[in-house]
Amino acid sequence: MPPVLQLRSITKSFPGVLANDHIDLELHEGEILALLGENGAGKTTLMNILYGLYTQDEGEIYVRGEPADIRSPTDAIRYGIGMVHQHFMLIPVFTVTENVMLGDESVRAGILLDRDRAAGRIGEISRRFGLNVDPSALVENLPVGVQQRVEIIKVLYREADILILDEPTAVLTPQEAEHLFAVIRSLVAQGKSVIFITHKLKEVLAIADRITVLRRGRVAGDADPARVTEAELAKMMVGREVILEVGKGQARPGDVVLDVQDLMVRGDRGALAVDGVSLQVRAGEILGIAGVQGNGQTELVEALTGLREAESGRLAIQGQVMTDATPRAITEAGTAHVPEDRQQDGLVLPFSVADNLVMNTYYVPPFARGIVLQEDEIEAAAQQRAELFDVRTPSIRVPVANLSGGNQQKVIVARELSRPIRLLVAAQPTRGLDVGSIEYIHSRLVEKRDDGCAVLLVSSELDEILSLADRIAVMYEGQIVATLAAADATKERLGLLMAGVREEQATLVT
Amino acid sequence: MSENTRPPGTAQTEESLARNWLQRIFVRSGVLRAAALPALAVFTALVIGAVIIAVSDPDVLAAWGDLFQDPLGALSETWFSIADAYLALFQGSFGSPAQVVRGIGRWIETGNTRPLLDAFRPFAESLVISTPYIFAGLAVAVSFRGGLFNIGAEGQLFVGGLASVYVGYAITGLPWFLHLPLALLAGIAAGALWGAIPGYLKARTGAHEVINTIMMNYIAFRLTDYLLQGGPMTRPDGLPITPEIQPSAYLPALFPRPVRLHVGFFLALAVAAGVYWFLWKTTYGFEIRMVGANPRGARYAGVGITSTVVLTMALSGALAGLAGANQVLGLDHRLVRGFSTGYGFDSIALALLGNSHPVGVVLASLLFGFLRGGAARMQSVAGVPVEIIRIVQAMVIIFVAAPEIIRGIYRLRKMSAGEAVHVRGWRS
Repeated sequence: MPPVLQLRSITKSFPGVLANDHIDLELHEGEILALLGENGAGKTTLMNILYGLYTQDEGEIYVRGEPADIRSPTDAIRYGIGMVHQHFMLIPVFTVTENVMLGDESVRAGILLDRDRAAGRIGEISRRFGLNVDPSALVENLPVGVQQRVEIIKVLYREADILILDEPTAVLTPQEAEHLFAVIRSLVAQGKSVIFITHKLKEVLAIADRITVLRRGRVAGDADPARVTEAELAKMMVGREVILEVGKGQARPGDVVLDVQDLMVRGDRGALAVDGVSLQVRAGEILGIAGVQGNGQTELVEALTGLREAESGRLAIQGQVMTDATPRAITEAGTAHVPEDRQQDGLVLPFSVADNLVMNTYYVPPFARGIVLQEDEIEAAAQQRAELFDVRTPSIRVPVANLSGGNQQKVIVARELSRPIRLLVAAQPTRGLDVGSIEYIHSRLVEKRDDGCAVLLVSSELDEILSLADRIAVMYEGQIVATLAAADATKERLGLLMAGVREEQATLVT
Repeated sequence: MSENTRPPGTAQTEESLARNWLQRIFVRSGVLRAAALPALAVFTALVIGAVIIAVSDPDVLAAWGDLFQDPLGALSETWFSIADAYLALFQGSFGSPAQVVRGIGRWIETGNTRPLLDAFRPFAESLVISTPYIFAGLAVAVSFRGGLFNIGAEGQLFVGGLASVYVGYAITGLPWFLHLPLALLAGIAAGALWGAIPGYLKARTGAHEVINTIMMNYIAFRLTDYLLQGGPMTRPDGLPITPEIQPSAYLPALFPRPVRLHVGFFLALAVAAGVYWFLWKTTYGFEIRMVGANPRGARYAGVGITSTVVLTMALSGALAGLAGANQVLGLDHRLVRGFSTGYGFDSIALALLGNSHPVGVVLASLLFGFLRGGAARMQSVAGVPVEIIRIVQAMVIIFVAAPEIIRGIYRLRKMSAGEAVHVRGWRS
């Protein structure tokens, strides 16, 4: 029986870059194929070609042995190909039914929307594949994990047999990711075939039946998850040995740079998101805040960087009280902030790379004299920083929206780490990034620490915390439930703390 | 094999998929691409205008009634109907080249400038009409760049006119190099205040500027009524007209009557250049654009959102106020009730048409100014009602606001992210 999907010699180039170079790919029925590669390796381009968003320059696509001429997503859908994008395309104020129906509406008497019929079908799909979505729920009220399932239903509603999932776990907590894997296994058990695009090596080994690795537009190799190791995969992705655990020396902590006392911060819905947090970060050490997303870390970081008012409590940077200071004052006190949401907070997408590299420093010399911007200085500094921090871009004048996620993050890191700082607050700094970029950012963080900077690292990736932090504080329901030295921390211990199990209770259980 | 299938393996590039030269322009990016859509919008609007002109001409309808007896007659009647109308439009907008040449000849022969001035008048008048459009269009463009909808340009224009006319007639004994700048400044300040109020309310309370600027419009109109009808600014004879301003407050005319072209036009161009410099070359402009492009990012970057929003609306109001001052100080030299024929509202369309960029706004204003300039002649000479021009203008606006229509008609490709006009939805 022929493979359900075959891509032969797919080639696509854009001005200045050969994104896909004669790529061959095969997907068998009922298989989960993982497509692995760095940012810029060409995975998204390849999938966009498959889904009809681009047309290939050369090469053919065969669906179930028949040649497929795919020129638009409508064509792709007709061939039974569906794509769940990394960034959801949902309308928050519509219900699940309305979102799924959009573009393929059930109608009564020609023009009246038949929501009930659609809802019925959605319920059926939801039950059949274990998705558990309420068709009448408003999308904006759903947690991210469930919103993703709505995207999956959209695809199944249009009777896709071949599903492409683009970085699906980038926005999920570890538990939600587990649920997703269960859903995928259920889909495959019922005859669907899945292509799973990801950077995360551990996931690939957990879920895939087969792995194809892309590097710089070419297939770097195929692998069998049962036999290959993470290190081997990383090497295929990047082309050289990759240090998966950054080697860092002993920390030499100095004076206290950040001092937080009894901070209380309200969240968007009025409840206390940060409920009496006290912590200290010294110069030359990395304090990692571990915890599942949604336990107050976001609000804590916002309060520390001037983006949210504190209800009560005190925070001081280098002895100066900065509770409720403006973001600019905190920046001028020598703080750098790598924000959790890089596109909403950390960048201005329509602006050029150069503009983004001076996004918060444009108003001081040498970038401005009085009120006049000094464009030469800005461009020169931008060029230098882009090179220094390995930002891959055709030029510093292009809109930063054109860059890949990893390179966008490097722009933010380049901007924040290029000025003299005493405190660095990094929130989820490697979310959605590939192995090469992660390695890079981790090494810069450690470098800053060794330079004497105090680093506060907030991350929901336990591996990242264990790899980088000198001390680890675990946050649960707005409070720090424990602070330990890195040497005393294990995954199991942290996992329990993150789930709210107090240490005393744990020992009682054993 | 039908002509729609292709042997496997022959995929196509975007270039080869562009079936004609028009589509090829769209594949290349840059200035040409940005200008191509508005240009096509204008062209299509003129074509639709031509159809309406033909269809509303009784002679043409009669000729088509006899289509089978005299098919050529129907076609030629149609052609001449449209050609006469657009020729009259052109002559009304630009003047007649022949008449200009004759005027030059007369001037050389007899030293009499009048024929030449008459010949030049249509072109000059079009520039005169364009001028308030430029100011008001810049006003709305600045607000769009800041992520705000200034629907209050008309009201800001009114108060700008009121303030500048007051300074113009109430202050006497000043030399022109003090009086004129002072009068302009009064117009600027009044407009800025009228814009800053909704700006402040938006920044501090989130009250949407669309509602508040519209309400400020009504306040401005009624204020004008009050001041002009038996109020403190009425002329002694009781008509709803202000006293005439002092000659020292005039925006100098550049030519003798009947040509009305005055310094205001060149002031508008200079102000457009100034707006460009301010928005793209200064820190304040950077902040305004950042707040417009990404308010959350702007907060992160340390930009004061409240002060920037107020500044944006004040600047926008100031430019609209200048539009009012321009009309008062350069044309009428007094303020008449109804001195503005909706410049403030048309300017919203102009800002969109010009993609909120000073160069685009100037070009769009010139387009509208020239179209309006020719409309009267089109009515008097070719018998075509001036409303046709309003229809053409409206079509241009529709095509620019809904580019998919043009794209559908000419079968063009999708646009890239950079081409989208930066107006955000209701929730900001």
